[in-house]
Amino acid sequence: MEKLTYEFQGGTFSRPKNEAKLVGVVGSGNLEVLIEPADLQGRCVVEVLTAARGFGAIWQAVIADFFARYPLADARVSINDVGATPAVVSLRLDQAAEDFLGDAQ
Amino acid sequence: MDVKTLLDRLFPQNHDVRFDGVYLSGEGETSRGPCAVIGSIDAAPIGVELAFQMAGEVLRIVREHPGRAIVLLVDTQGQRLSRRDELLGINGYMAHLAKCLQLARNQGHKIIGLVYSQAVSGGFLASSLLADRCYALPDAEVRVMNLPAMSRITKIALERLEALSQTSPVFAPGVENYVRMGAIHGLWEGDLAARLVEALDAADSADLRRQWGQQRGGRLLAQDVSKRVRHYA
Amino acid sequence: MSSYYEASARERLQNLLDPGSFQEFLPPSARAQSPHLLQLETPAAFDDGVIVGTATLGGAKVLAAAQEGGFMGGAVGEVHGAKIVGLLERALDERPAAVLLLVESGGVRLHEANAGLIAVSEIMRAVLALRSAGVPVFVLDGGQFGCFGGMGIVARLCDAVIISEEGRLGLSGPEVIETTCGVEEFDSRDRALVWRTVGGKHRYLLGEAKEIVADDIAAFRAAALALLDAKPDLSLDALAAEHEALGRRIERFGSAADATDIWRAMGLENPEKIPVLEADDFRAATAGRRL
Repeated sequence: MEKLTYEFQGGTFSRPKNEAKLVGVVGSGNLEVLIEPADLQGRCVVEVLTAARGFGAIWQAVIADFFARYPLADARVSINDVGATPAVVSLRLDQAAEDFLGDAQ
Repeated sequence: MDVKTLLDRLFPQNHDVRFDGVYLSGEGETSRGPCAVIGSIDAAPIGVELAFQMAGEVLRIVREHPGRAIVLLVDTQGQRLSRRDELLGINGYMAHLAKCLQLARNQGHKIIGLVYSQAVSGGFLASSLLADRCYALPDAEVRVMNLPAMSRITKIALERLEALSQTSPVFAPGVENYVRMGAIHGLWEGDLAARLVEALDAADSADLRRQWGQQRGGRLLAQDVSKRVRHYA
Repeated sequence: MSSYYEASARERLQNLLDPGSFQEFLPPSARAQSPHLLQLETPAAFDDGVIVGTATLGGAKVLAAAQEGGFMGGAVGEVHGAKIVGLLERALDERPAAVLLLVESGGVRLHEANAGLIAVSEIMRAVLALRSAGVPVFVLDGGQFGCFGGMGIVARLCDAVIISEEGRLGLSGPEVIETTCGVEEFDSRDRALVWRTVGGKHRYLLGEAKEIVADDIAAFRAAALALLDAKPDLSLDALAAEHEALGRRIERFGSAADATDIWRAMGLENPEKIPVLEADDFRAATAGRRL
C-alpha cells in the first residue's frame, strides 16, 4: 500500500456546515471517497491510501484536475483505493463533491 | 483427551452417557446436581443430522428436566461440507440448534461449553460458542483455517502471516488466542470436576466476551465499537 | 424498478427506508476501520463494510444494518461485527418495531478470522437475546454475494427472511465446497446448479425464506412493511414445531440428489421449469405446495 497526500490552497467552495459524504466502495478496481468539512485554514487536503504503489504522478494529475473543477476549501478528502483507473477515480471524486456541495448550508 | 477419560474426570461420582455414532448424550453427576451432557466425538463434521440430534436433545432436556445445566462436549472439524447438506439448508439446522439453546438459557438452564479436542469454524459457531461460558483443555485445537490455506486465499505471504501471528491473536489458530480474545473463558487443568462446578457457579446468561477480550488485551475494538453504536447520539 | 442486486448497501438503505429518514451511527467520518486489514497491508473501508443506523419504514421506527458485498464480500471482521452487535443491543434499549438486516456476506473475514468468528457468535447471541425480548429481526437477502458462512446461520435465527430469486442463502459457499471436496461434489461454475441449490426459489420452497420478491428495492420494501407486525416466538412449542418440520425434511428429502427431486417430491408440476419462472408466475405455480 502507499499513502499519498496532496494539499491545495485558494479554494472557494467552503461548506463548513455540510455533512460528510461518502461514495464508492473499497473493492477491486474501485475506491471510496469521503469528503468532510474540516478547519484547514482554507486548504483542501486529499489523502489517498492505495493498494497499488508507484502511481503518485497519475494521482497528482487526477486530483489537481478535480480541484480545478471543484475548488474546495476547508475540506478533507479521504480516499481508499483498490486500483481504480483514473477515469473511475475522477468519476467518484465528482460524485462525492456533488453530494457534498448539494446539501443546504 | 479421549471422551471416556474426560467424562470420568468431569463426573467422578457418576455419569451415564450414550454414544450413537459420533453423537453423544446423557448425564453426569456433579456436586451441584445432575448435568445434561451433549456432544460429539472423533472431530465430527456437523451436518444436518448431528445439529438436529443435538437440538432435539436440548428440547428434551428443557421439557423433562427444567433448569438442568447443559454441558456441551463437542469435538468438531467444522461444518459438514457437502452439496447435499446445503440443499437441505444446513445453516437452518444450526440456527435451530442455536434457538433451542437460547430457549434453554431463557428458561434458566446454564450452558457450559468445553472444547476438549477440536473446534473449527462453523462447527464451533454452532456449538460451544453459544454456551454461557466456553472453556477448553490446554491441548485443544481451535481455528477457522490453518495459515497455509489462509495465505492461499488472502494472497498474503505465509511468512508474513506467521510473523504477525506471534503477536496478534486475531487470525491464527490456537486456543490461547481465543482465551486472549475472550471467547474461551479459561483453560481447564487439574481437577476437572472442580473446574466444572466453578464454571456452573460463575455462568451468566449475559454475553460478556467483548469485555473479557478487552480486559485481556486480545480484542481491543469489539467492546468499544459496539458500545459506541449502542449509545451513538 | 431499482435493482437490489446491483445497488450498493448505502443505496439499498436509502431506497428501502422512508425517504430521508436514515441516520447513520458511527458513520464513515468516525473512521471505525479495521486495524487488522491495515496491518496486513490490505485496504480498509471507513465503515468496515457495514452501515448501521435508525430510520422509519412506513412511519414505524426501525433499526437497520446493511452489509456491503463489494468490500471483501461483506465478510465479518471485528469492527464490522461489533457494529451489528451494538445495533442489536441498541434495539434492546429502544424497542423499535423491528431490526432489518440487509445481509450480504461470505461469512468470516479471513484476515481477522478469530475476531470475525467470535463476532458472528456475538451477533447470533444478540439476535437471540433481542428476539427473546420481543423485538423482531428481519433479513433481506438479494445481493451479489449472497449470504453464507456464519451470516447464513444468523439469517435463519431471525424472524423472517425476504429473498429474491437472485438471493442465495447457505452455509458453505459452492466455491468452498468445490475447493475442499472436488468439482464432482459441487461444480461452483455451474450457475444453474448453484442457484437451484442455494438460490432464492429453493429457499422459499423449503420455507426458509418467508417471502420471495422480484429484484427490486421497492418489492423488498413492500415485503418488509408487510412483516412489521410479526412478533418473535422462541417458545418451546414454536421450537418443537420447527424441530418436527426439520426432521420431516431430512426424512422426505435427505436422499434427494438435486433440488428438482425435492420439488418433484413436493408435488410441483414440471420442476425442471421452476428456475425459469418469473417471481409472480413462480409464486402462483408453487402456491400451497411449499413447506
